[in-house]
Amino acid sequence: MAVLTLLLFLSFLSIAHSSPSPHLQIANAERRIDLASHIIKVYLTLKVENLGTSPASEVHLAFSPTEVEHLAIVKAAATSGKRKKKTYVPLDVKSAELPDGPNGTKFFSITLLTPLSKGETTTLEVLYILTHSLEPFPVEISQSESQLVYFRDSAILLSPYHVKQQTTFIKTPSTRVESFTVVDPTNRAGKELKYGPYDNHPPYSYSPVLVHFENNSPFAVVEELEREIEISHWGNLQVTERYSLVHAGARHKGVFSRVDYQTRAGGTGVSSFKHLLAKLPPRVHSVYYRDGIGNISSSHLRTDSRKSELEIEPRYPLFGGWKATFVIGYGLPLEDFLFESPDGRRYLNFTFGCPLAETVVDKLIVKVVLPEGSKDPTAVTPFEVEQHLEIKYSYLDVVGRTVVVLVKRNVVPEHNTPFQVYYSFNPIFMLAEPLMLVSTFFLLFLASVAYLHIDLSIRK
Amino acid sequence: MVVTSKPSPMALDLLHSLPKTLKLKTKQQELLIRVATLSLIYVLAFATRLFSVLRYESMIHEFDPYFNYRTTLFLTRHGFSEFWNWFDSESWYPLGRIVGGTLYPGLMLTAAAIHSLLRFLRLAVHIREVCVLTAPFFASNTTLVAYFFAKEVWDSGAGLVAAALIAVCPGYISRSVAGSYDNEGVAIFALLLTFYLFVKAVNTGSLAWALASAFGYFYMVSAWGGYVFIINLVPLYVLVLLVTGRYSLRLYVAYNCMYVVGMLLAMQIRFVGFQHVQSGEHMAAMGVFFLLQVFFFLDWVRHLLSDTKLFQAFLRITVTSAVAVGAVALGVGMASGYISPWTGRFYSLLDPTYAKDHIPIIASVSEHQPTAWSSFMFDFHILLFLFPAGLYFCFKRLSDATIFLVLYGLTSMYFAGVMVRLILVATPAVCLISAIAVSATVKNLTRLVRAKSPSVQSGSSKGTSTAKSSSKGVVDNSQPFQKNGAIVLLLGAFYLLSRYAIHCTWVTSEAYSSPSIVLAARGAHGNRVIFDDYREAYFWLRQNTPPDAKVMSWWDYGYQITAMGNRTVIVDNNTWNNTHIATVGRAMSSYEDEAYEIMRSLDVDYVLVVFGGVTGYSSDDINKFLWMVRIGGGVFPVIKEPDYLVNGEYRVDKGAAPKMLNCLMYKLSYYRFGELTTEYGKPPGYDRARGVEIGNKDIKLEYLEEAFTTQNWIVRIYKVKPPKNRLWTNFEYVELVELLLLPLSSWKVIDPLRPEINILIV
Repeated sequence: MAVLTLLLFLSFLSIAHSSPSPHLQIANAERRIDLASHIIKVYLTLKVENLGTSPASEVHLAFSPTEVEHLAIVKAAATSGKRKKKTYVPLDVKSAELPDGPNGTKFFSITLLTPLSKGETTTLEVLYILTHSLEPFPVEISQSESQLVYFRDSAILLSPYHVKQQTTFIKTPSTRVESFTVVDPTNRAGKELKYGPYDNHPPYSYSPVLVHFENNSPFAVVEELEREIEISHWGNLQVTERYSLVHAGARHKGVFSRVDYQTRAGGTGVSSFKHLLAKLPPRVHSVYYRDGIGNISSSHLRTDSRKSELEIEPRYPLFGGWKATFVIGYGLPLEDFLFESPDGRRYLNFTFGCPLAETVVDKLIVKVVLPEGSKDPTAVTPFEVEQHLEIKYSYLDVVGRTVVVLVKRNVVPEHNTPFQVYYSFNPIFMLAEPLMLVSTFFLLFLASVAYLHIDLSIRK
Repeated sequence: MVVTSKPSPMALDLLHSLPKTLKLKTKQQELLIRVATLSLIYVLAFATRLFSVLRYESMIHEFDPYFNYRTTLFLTRHGFSEFWNWFDSESWYPLGRIVGGTLYPGLMLTAAAIHSLLRFLRLAVHIREVCVLTAPFFASNTTLVAYFFAKEVWDSGAGLVAAALIAVCPGYISRSVAGSYDNEGVAIFALLLTFYLFVKAVNTGSLAWALASAFGYFYMVSAWGGYVFIINLVPLYVLVLLVTGRYSLRLYVAYNCMYVVGMLLAMQIRFVGFQHVQSGEHMAAMGVFFLLQVFFFLDWVRHLLSDTKLFQAFLRITVTSAVAVGAVALGVGMASGYISPWTGRFYSLLDPTYAKDHIPIIASVSEHQPTAWSSFMFDFHILLFLFPAGLYFCFKRLSDATIFLVLYGLTSMYFAGVMVRLILVATPAVCLISAIAVSATVKNLTRLVRAKSPSVQSGSSKGTSTAKSSSKGVVDNSQPFQKNGAIVLLLGAFYLLSRYAIHCTWVTSEAYSSPSIVLAARGAHGNRVIFDDYREAYFWLRQNTPPDAKVMSWWDYGYQITAMGNRTVIVDNNTWNNTHIATVGRAMSSYEDEAYEIMRSLDVDYVLVVFGGVTGYSSDDINKFLWMVRIGGGVFPVIKEPDYLVNGEYRVDKGAAPKMLNCLMYKLSYYRFGELTTEYGKPPGYDRARGVEIGNKDIKLEYLEEAFTTQNWIVRIYKVKPPKNRLWTNFEYVELVELLLLPLSSWKVIDPLRPEINILIV
């Protein structure tokens, strides 16, 4: 099978070096790229074969440097069983260094459950998510236009292994596709573009493709989100979330006409959005939604026993490039999230990530404010985050509260997994603040009693 | 609702001693009741002002408070020295404003001090909450001052009544609800405190009280421009005492100390500075100061001279020469410009018609209008009837203190009649004087009711006419009738007072507790609809325009745009430069192309107009437009008011004046409004605020474009387009000639960056 477009043929270089596992080969690769929203999900099914003699315990995935920059998460699972009874066993994925990657290729290695011995095959399911990878073109659109974006990828899977057969499916949100690169055989049917099947590509083959299509889904990007989780041992967990939201799609150009926006609903401003949905834990109470200049009155809260949904509207509809900053705050019952571990320490079990549906968070800062007097905090997170400690002074604090700060960049809804913060706390500290208040008032009364009973006048 | 009150140590002390001496003495009982009542009043004054927080949210109201909030925020963030030297380039573009030197910093410093105190006590409150609750807190303190004042003037019973009356009086609540973070909220407290301390000083002749009153005056000067009232009322009072022969050494000590120290302190406020000794408004105080010295001198001379005749002659000479010297000094001062004449604002107080003819900018503000009777009734209710009764009681028991109260009451009532907003100044006086009436009446009536045996005392059938007869006490024999009459009257008084309480609560909740930045209306199904358009627009400006964008709007919205939108404005509510405001007025009332020139010269990027045609919101820019024309026309005679009127009538429909239909304000307000159906059964372009179909539905904008319109169209923002690129035909002639003079061979080598020229040659 001849590949017509550019082929990066650098594999001879890699042969010279020790290649990762030259004896591994991908028998079949199927890639499904979902471009429905601005969060690109790629489902990759790999059938890996061991042709070598020694057993292989790791399988490597390769990404181009631009992809790595926008890569939010990589997950892998081993499948077993037939179609209906398929079971997925999650596998460990970590970033890896390989010496022979051409042009700054970055690698992730999947650790297999059992090493793949000679002649065996296994099927891996990989999901990776890319953000900020749809480039609006035209860069600026007016209110009546719909948003068109470019998506760049390769028709051929970038892989350190020889790929025997592969196919790529790209799913666009609508049938409107302006143009796409043809790498024969390429088919387009409805919302789906199919590249392949291609046979026998050596390692590190690459064939860039460009798809130009319509995507009017809300490009809601939170540039920075600060979640402050304050633990009070009196029974409340107070969460404060500070958002700075931006519409990261094609920039709005020229006039914003309220008449058109109001009367021709759906006809204009198709790429703009004005609703956001936040999924909050159940039993949430005292929810507020405000910004720097006060309360925002347009929000609805729906609660049931399993979840709470907060529908919020920014003050104005967001067009491309427009920004909005706001704060959401709510209280939660402490017993749902705070537990005692067997060794007597306490731990908070809370969800990482952003509660807003379908948004990308460029920088997420999670601050867990521990009660005054807590000691040796440790955080356990399911993925790597930057960590440090801070001190915060709140109501009636004398020594300040320890704050565990977790920072992570490029967060997508798939990061909404629980994390834990362990700390030790002596319940006697709970009484410190009430005692302080009581003694202050007591002293005050004592002073006034004394004042009334002492005659300070000089003359008698 | 969280209400904090100062613990009443005295009451608690009494409670402590309860077990020991279970039976309290009458005096202790009285003290307990008094302290308990006072602390309840204290809490009540605070709580009744929280309607707006409960109904809306903890937010700053109106227009001016936004400036105060912004400066307070600056103060807490950057510290005092930065604040004092702050040059604000975000307002009055391109002039800017020296904020530290042009404001009364008392309010901001107070809020910042409370904030840092709370921070010190480890109460992590936001400065906004402090600002919102400053006015109610000071209202509570005012009730305490009112108590002590009335106690000083009359008795402690009157003090309690005065505290209760002022706690809920709508005239005061209108300026001190939670969120109304304005100078007046603090100033009324300072005003009453100064008066109280001064009266106390006059009564005791103590230097300490006089000094305290000087510091009270200093606080008042730092808080509000209304201090001019104090510095004129106090000399007037001294003058009246002198004329009525009530001169005493106590008065001499009190006034001299208060004036001299107060003046020196007041001059520390940058905004006042040397005005205190140079401007015409402050001259009365200085004159009285010198007069007092003359009096003292005469007193001393009389003391030395035993001969009356000689003294008479001496008196004549001294008084004549003193008056002559005073007049000459004033004349020379005026002529040399050392003493500045009275300002227009001061004139407009003395002559209510002055502003209308000379200063349209003052007359255009609704709170500067003369007061209608209905608003007196609305703000004072029964106090309006009790006030004359109180005056009567004051005259009956004339003393230095009651004279002061009478003078304060009468002058402030006059000013309240001149300007609506000055009802505020009159409120404490009205409450105090009414409290004397209530207290005296009730006291007398209860004495009658509690009178033991009919045989001992005697009454008259005339006694039904309020407290008049009862104060006389001993008259003739129709006792049972009198007693019943007294009971009926007492019940009547309580009925009136309860009506007052109900009225006050109703007024507070209905009229004075809306923030005016968020509009609320009743929907078709009786539900509450909120129009939050102002904040929508300001937040849009803040987030989606370049940080250095300049926004032009009518001055009413200036403070809000800088505080909430964080953008530079051309004019704002601090109306210090009439010409600048007139320039904006002129731009708004010109044709678009003329307005464009003005806007270009002011570097305007965005124009903001407020429009109520969709919602029926009547205080919008179209209704304010005639004032823009008047103020603009006052400086630029190009703008003539009759051009915008048809037969003296202001209209926006088909019959409107052509200039009206095509001026910038009309175009910006009604741009594309003609396509919108606002009300069922009405033609498109039906203006609900004015109830007419607009006259110009096909509005084209050439130099501006719609940048944002809020959900209910209340705020519309337009972007001023940059000037058009020059066309090739506009090229300088010289350039063309130079080009043509080149030899033919070089014609091909033409700057590729200038395609226009290429076209020209081809």
